[in-house]
Amino acid sequence: MAVKNLPMREALHRALHEEMIRDDRVYVMGQEVGRWQGTHRVTRGFLEEFGERRVKDAPISEMAIAGAAVGSAMAGLRPVAEIMTINFAFLALDAIINHAAKIHYMFNGQFTVPMVLRVASGWGDQATATHSHTPEPIFAHFPGLYVATPATPADAYGMLKTSIRDDNPVLFSESIGLYPKPGLVPDDPDYLVPIGKADVKREGQHVTLVTFARGLEWCMGAARELEKEGVQAEVVDMRWLRPLDTETVFASVRKTNRAVIVEEALPMYSFGSELAAQIQEHCFDYLDAPVKRVSSLDVPVPYSKKLEDMVFPTAHKVVAAVKEIL
Amino acid sequence: MGQITMEMLLDWYRQMVLIREFEEACQHLYEQKRITGVYLHLYSGHEAIAVGAIANMVIGKDHIITAYRDHGIALAIGCDPGATMAEMMGKRDGLSGGKGGSMHLASRRHNFWGGYAIVGGHLPLATGLALESQYNERGAVVISMVGDGATNNGYFHEALNMSGVWRLPNIWIIENNGYGMGTEVERASANPILHERAKGYGTHDLGRIDGQDVVAVYEAVCAAKEYALAYGPVLIEAMTYRYRGHGVSDKQYNTRLAQELEEWKQTKDPITILARRILAQDPQAQPKLDQITGEQHKVVEEAIAFADNSPLPDTLEELYAHIYVD
Repeated sequence: MAVKNLPMREALHRALHEEMIRDDRVYVMGQEVGRWQGTHRVTRGFLEEFGERRVKDAPISEMAIAGAAVGSAMAGLRPVAEIMTINFAFLALDAIINHAAKIHYMFNGQFTVPMVLRVASGWGDQATATHSHTPEPIFAHFPGLYVATPATPADAYGMLKTSIRDDNPVLFSESIGLYPKPGLVPDDPDYLVPIGKADVKREGQHVTLVTFARGLEWCMGAARELEKEGVQAEVVDMRWLRPLDTETVFASVRKTNRAVIVEEALPMYSFGSELAAQIQEHCFDYLDAPVKRVSSLDVPVPYSKKLEDMVFPTAHKVVAAVKEIL
Repeated sequence: MGQITMEMLLDWYRQMVLIREFEEACQHLYEQKRITGVYLHLYSGHEAIAVGAIANMVIGKDHIITAYRDHGIALAIGCDPGATMAEMMGKRDGLSGGKGGSMHLASRRHNFWGGYAIVGGHLPLATGLALESQYNERGAVVISMVGDGATNNGYFHEALNMSGVWRLPNIWIIENNGYGMGTEVERASANPILHERAKGYGTHDLGRIDGQDVVAVYEAVCAAKEYALAYGPVLIEAMTYRYRGHGVSDKQYNTRLAQELEEWKQTKDPITILARRILAQDPQAQPKLDQITGEQHKVVEEAIAFADNSPLPDTLEELYAHIYVD
């Protein structure tokens, strides 16, 4: 398969562009998606190419963006709505959780909600406490919603396509820090990544590092460091927080007998706590050490650079966690 | 607008009597603990609004969506009274398979997109439904019922503004029954003349109408439909009164406001008003009206029998069905 080297933002642009061409029911809506060319440039050029019918600049109305996406999806369109950052999606929690995620169930399957809600997530540019969230686990708490968290341009490309073509609502989280990071992307407009399938990004036999989104680069960095000391880490990239591919994780842990869970999100009631519970429940007899977690520190994110840097996981912190259980 | 014929008046009378009989039966069944849910919001007193509005719809083309006081909408649009009652009881043959309950009635084939239990939550869905109509040039309108209390929540503001910006074929009908739960409109709305809010949303203001007069409602919605299809959203404030508490568990309401309630029942009852209109045109119609009442009483008895005989869903398969589209 031919491939292209693209930053994640380009991979997303390409995926969305191809799906817009493929299916007239697909439209984009959100703040600054049109004339501004998209806050993150994912919808660059769309307004000029597809026009105002399919590229809808929305008012700053997160509840209505998410809610109108739900309504139009119920009626048969396939909205790809954008909420500029995941921090603002808190304003739309009711539309996402009480409506998008529950309508199919609550009305006994009479309606479907084939929508994608794209949100940019993450931290790192002194964005401060209210603009530095990675709260994907909150959304993954609720049955009825899929939660996509790609870590590479290829996965971003295939996962966005899958999400748009699927009949269920998907919260599609794009890590801001990953937008400019390049990677090889299949040159295939029908390249799809199956929903709820994790991906082993690196094989190893001594410890399993489980992560998603931006955590992948810390885990890969840690794995390279550990390799120098003769430790082979296996890196499992979940890709989707819901459905959660626990089988791939369990298989890896049963092989390595050790697990470190790495996430950009906060530690309390998180992906890490959920997965650690499931690993101990299903792999107890295989574990040679406690399951470790590396998360952001349990604080609001401060502005000042040195303080901010203290909050987040790094490859170094992952290495240190691994060494504690070897 | 076409001529309002005697046949139409009699059919509206039938529908309104059906709703009243149904709702009073619900109250009775709740007291007998045969309807067991904690939420049951009766439409008694509001009948003329649902019936007058829906009389303008092309069923299966135009859309309607409402909040949790939804029984009257379901019946007026033609949902089977048996299936509607079965949903009250959580039965397998209910409109939503027993999984939605009284607040989540819906019927896909009627484009009745549901009752919704979060105040205001359905309003952006209505915006989205109207967006689909515009997107695909369907020439369909979306009628949305809005409680007076919902006009103070952010959803109302965002949904109406978005609809106004995009010139969508939304008809917003405020059912102003004077109370948001127990709080008078005057104590909750800085400007209690609710229809005046239309101006803020670039929405055509059709003003206040008598929500107890089905003919007034019919004519207003008829004009609204014409306007909405040509130019964009329309707002109507229909003045009405609820005969029962906010919900059936609200027991203090009727005692507290006994005098006010009695006044409405004596002077502004929607069924009496319509009966008077029919008798003015045809003084010999009384036996016909009595016959309709008898028939609708029987329809509701049969609906209860149907619901009683329907089984409760009780399998794991049913519990887990429709969380996601397969």
